[in-house]
Amino acid sequence: MAISYLVTGFSWNLLSDILAQFQYAFMQHAYAAGAIVAIVAGVVGYFVVLRSLSFAGHALSHVGFAGATGAVALGVNPIYGLLVFTVSGAMGMGVLGKRIYGRDVAIGIVLAWTLGLGVLFLSLYSGYATEAYALLFGEILGISQTDLIATLIAGVVTLIAMAIMYRPLLFASIDSDVAEARGVPVRLLSILFMVVLAISVSEAVQVVGVLLIFALLVTPPAIAERLTARPARAIALSVTLALLFTWVGLFISFYLPYPVSFFITTLAFGTYLGVRLWIFVRPRFANVSPQSV
Amino acid sequence: MISESRVGKTDMTSEGKNVGLTVSLQDAAVQLENRMIWDNANINVEQGEFIAVVGPNGSGKSTLLRVLLGLQHLSKGHVQVLGETPHRGNQAIGYVPQRRSFDSDVPIRGRDLVMFGLEGLLWGFALSRPSQRRRQHLVEETLISVEAVAYANRPVGKLSGGEQQRLVLAQALIGKPRLLLLDEPLANLDLRNQIAIPQLVAKLARANCTTVLLVTHDINPLLPVVNRVIYIAKGNIVIGKPEEVITTETLSRLYDAPVEVVRDSNGRLFVVGLEQEVAHPHED
Repeated sequence: MAISYLVTGFSWNLLSDILAQFQYAFMQHAYAAGAIVAIVAGVVGYFVVLRSLSFAGHALSHVGFAGATGAVALGVNPIYGLLVFTVSGAMGMGVLGKRIYGRDVAIGIVLAWTLGLGVLFLSLYSGYATEAYALLFGEILGISQTDLIATLIAGVVTLIAMAIMYRPLLFASIDSDVAEARGVPVRLLSILFMVVLAISVSEAVQVVGVLLIFALLVTPPAIAERLTARPARAIALSVTLALLFTWVGLFISFYLPYPVSFFITTLAFGTYLGVRLWIFVRPRFANVSPQSV
Repeated sequence: MISESRVGKTDMTSEGKNVGLTVSLQDAAVQLENRMIWDNANINVEQGEFIAVVGPNGSGKSTLLRVLLGLQHLSKGHVQVLGETPHRGNQAIGYVPQRRSFDSDVPIRGRDLVMFGLEGLLWGFALSRPSQRRRQHLVEETLISVEAVAYANRPVGKLSGGEQQRLVLAQALIGKPRLLLLDEPLANLDLRNQIAIPQLVAKLARANCTTVLLVTHDINPLLPVVNRVIYIAKGNIVIGKPEEVITTETLSRLYDAPVEVVRDSNGRLFVVGLEQEVAHPHED
């Protein structure tokens, strides 16, 4: 990371800047992996916000931390540990179904314990703190070709799953009582969605890390849902924002000696703040009722 | 409106079941955790009838709907809905559950809510444009029929109780159900809508020969439109015309306590003498 800003300077010619960045394989991988993760997070995140599962998503990333550090301690690729732990955690939460609401305390307790477990695994692996740092805060600039392919496969699987579940899941998320009475398998969808969420979380950890998962999974859809009440449009907007935050964050980080995660989270937060401010002042300017479409 | 062949016919299947009956309960009883909710229910509802389900809180009105939806089993007796045993996901039934209103930040438009009635059960993506357009057309038609076009593009959470009620009604009606189950649709509505919604339901049900079971705690707004009343109290359940059921004699027998039905100058009915008996601590 630290060497990147020394290589080429920012020239105000965006095209040549981008081309300069693309000379480096690690930057190509970063842009590609960032794009996959952002698209998946944008789509899945829409339902995370809709189903009020943001804390559960956050908890899953911490469960994943224990899995990843456990894998590192065993000398296995952390992504496998991440997947195994997040998916099992997700299935546990999915089985709870509707009862998950109001279980913040229980989730928080499990979350704290898994972080402790992660710390134990880290100490067992007598390696460097960089591994922990990468898991906690992301390491998008260190993504290998193999990681990229794994990310791509996981991304395609989650997007196909989302495309298949889309309409019943939307129905169940908005109005689960009616959906259930109409014959939508609400419980099954709840479990399936949590598994999809687990896979997305595992992917996103690579880019923004365990602690910053909200920036991609929650902030973009939260912004989108404030701006439009059309589901398809909100999902498109959420994906666009996630993609924009990731790519712009990457672009800036090439020239400045600060972590990519910082830029991504700052862009996300800044946009959220800006949008809320805009929604607040808009009716005062336009003199119309606050009616988003 | 095209009337389809399924509407309003009374014929016998090979098993001898009367498929002209929308709902048929024989000696039916429901028990929840060893508590008898109601017993000895003998109810036959014919296609196209508008029935109000009335009774005090906790008497088992919603339970009756859950039985018909296949979400609650009988502890004894028999039940048939549209000629078959009740089962989950019966597409011939439209259902509007009892609800608090939608959260104010639900990020979905009224028309999306109505569309769930058609697309909520479809897996995968709409690949065929014509069928997509046909569904959108149907949503438009249904929105017009419930007079909800004006606010169909606004977020559901920002709408009033009456507006939301029209939208969920549209959602339940869009699949052209043969049986419509409405659980307390008049709760939390202003007076104007307490009159308007039953009349709207009655008009639309008549046009499609849809059978309606509407749960309510106040029969008065429904008196102009209902054919019959199901009254549930103290585990007893009767059906009949309002003037037969809501009488001092019948209700006293039902409640197993002396109650009196009085009628005011506008024809509104009031049941008095129930305060102690009906003061039930929980909702049903």
